[in-house]
Amino acid sequence: MTNGWPHELAPYFEMLRIRRVEEAIARRYSDQQMRTPVHFCIGQEAPAVGVSMHLTLADQVMSAHRNHAHYLAKGGDLGRMIAELYGRSTGCCKGRGGSQHLIDTSVGFAGAAPILGSTISIATGIAFKLAKFNPGEVVVTYFGDAACEEGVFHESLAFASLHSLPIIYVCENNLYSVHSPMESRQPDRPIAELATGHRVPSFEGDGNDVAEVSMLASTAVNRARNGAGPSFLVFNTYRIVGHVGPEVDLNLGYRTQDELDHWERKDPLVQEMRRLGLPTAAWKELSDQMEDSITLEIESAFRFAIESPYPDAAEVALDVVPS
Amino acid sequence: MRKLSFASAILEAQEYLLANDPSVFVIGLGVPTNAGVFGTTVGLVKKFGPDRVLDMPASENGMTGMGVGAAIAGMRPIMVHNRVDFAVLAMEPIVNQAAKWFYTYGGQVSCPLTVRLIIGRGWGQGPQHSQSLQAWFAHVPGLKVVMPTTPSDAKQLLIAAVNDPAPVIVLEHRWLYDTVGPVAAQSTGEQLGVSRLMAEGTDVTLVSCSYMTLECLEAARLLATIGVSASVVDLRTVSPLDMTTILGSVEHTRRLVVADTGHTWFGISGEILARVAEAGINLLSRPLRYGLPNAPTPTTASLSDVYYPRAIDIARGISSQVMGANAPLLEDPDLGKPLDWPQRAFTGPY
Repeated sequence: MTNGWPHELAPYFEMLRIRRVEEAIARRYSDQQMRTPVHFCIGQEAPAVGVSMHLTLADQVMSAHRNHAHYLAKGGDLGRMIAELYGRSTGCCKGRGGSQHLIDTSVGFAGAAPILGSTISIATGIAFKLAKFNPGEVVVTYFGDAACEEGVFHESLAFASLHSLPIIYVCENNLYSVHSPMESRQPDRPIAELATGHRVPSFEGDGNDVAEVSMLASTAVNRARNGAGPSFLVFNTYRIVGHVGPEVDLNLGYRTQDELDHWERKDPLVQEMRRLGLPTAAWKELSDQMEDSITLEIESAFRFAIESPYPDAAEVALDVVPS
Repeated sequence: MRKLSFASAILEAQEYLLANDPSVFVIGLGVPTNAGVFGTTVGLVKKFGPDRVLDMPASENGMTGMGVGAAIAGMRPIMVHNRVDFAVLAMEPIVNQAAKWFYTYGGQVSCPLTVRLIIGRGWGQGPQHSQSLQAWFAHVPGLKVVMPTTPSDAKQLLIAAVNDPAPVIVLEHRWLYDTVGPVAAQSTGEQLGVSRLMAEGTDVTLVSCSYMTLECLEAARLLATIGVSASVVDLRTVSPLDMTTILGSVEHTRRLVVADTGHTWFGISGEILARVAEAGINLLSRPLRYGLPNAPTPTTASLSDVYYPRAIDIARGISSQVMGANAPLLEDPDLGKPLDWPQRAFTGPY
């Protein structure tokens, strides 16, 4: 991750950038021009940023439906992402994928898919290839707590363990699958324990603390790079807005204002700002600079998207199979 | 030309692919074992090593997804599930991911995954070891579906499948494994999506695939004994479906019979009938189709004997279409013989 900011400020900047991008999407979402289900990552920026800090351009990342942070933190092109949400031909999938299928192969973001667990096995296959042809390169696949309920999670971890594949499985535990709480889906045991049965080392941490994420990711990435095999990282975090769409969906009654308040106090941006501990005046100057550059980048990305053409009608059945 | 069995031809195709392309690997439950998936992978691990010829956990979903990942990363995996029925567990990565990858991501990344699936039949294979689900796969845009009939096609179409940039499902019928035919030593550069006229006649066109093509050729032989001349078109690939040969033949014979190894309802036979109807060809008599009835496969031989259509059923159906009430009764050459195994030498179990 190279965003031009000094090493100690880079994670904060990257999280802020992702937050502001999501907020910009949220503001324009009701215009009905981005007609694609967006699963906002507001509140969950730290795992993507803390992990990506340890990845090179050649390393590969996959994600699921809530993928914007993972794409952006790996260096995915913002303009092509926004154009994809707008369904334009300049989108990263030429408008065929939408929010749930971002890709940017030029920076190692290999794809994202909304079927729970699917990209866990696909990423395992990429790791199988890297182990053989690109030693030293690693794969990261991000997914949620509910994907750990899929059989394919266990199938993939067992295979990766058997073949000592260079992959890091990253679970962002945000406590809910759509509106179903953890306690109605899983027994009372740490998710992290699921991997140890497959002899995959497991690490659990505060998913709203980018420094802690970075520390755990560093261990896991180094293991994979050095041929020591897969790791499982569980980051406990929380999505501030609803499952899909920009609304804070307290009206649905599956979570409480108290719970939301608790997690807002643990906001990853606030935590990181406190950790940096810069004097107020200096911080004000820095954060203004950050906000300005992010605003410019976002405005330019939206302008690029809105000014781009829609795909031609003739493309409806183009690229069904490669020729 | 030298002759090989269908199973040996598959083995030879994989040997060729492994030797000529370092990105190819073969993976499946039992692949490196001495039994070697009915002999189709025997000896490969000795020649190419356990890194390229792999056993796997009994995890059809996860392993097929792994194959998708290896394929999008540039490898050419050959994934083997030793019954179609087991691959039902792998439908998620096949249907949602492999089939759609190239299209969804804007034509940037292809998924050259080949999945070998075996269709069982007879000797008590029953409801979950003998399904012929080509219509499922062919229904999904983005997948190619291959069903070889001859040993030569078993080799050449598998090579074409692995070299094709699209994901390809290769359905191999268990009853073809011991059939023997000429097989070229080299790769002949076959392409997918081309059907073949196996017999040329004037009165009726039989269209079929995989093992049912052998039944159709036998039906054509039976029909010849009563003066009815039949063309037989072997599809070779179900998707993409090559209608040129079929339409050319049907325009000539003006009669159409389709025989499929799968169920008739909502299947390949219905698709071919529909496309001939859409082409506006006036048929001399109503088209016929032969396939499995709308029932799961029974295990007992007494029921599976009547479950599977055979050459005699096809020949009798055609003779009454062509000759009406004057059709002479065709004798069943297999009358009184057990029908649920392909060769006398075979004493089971699979």
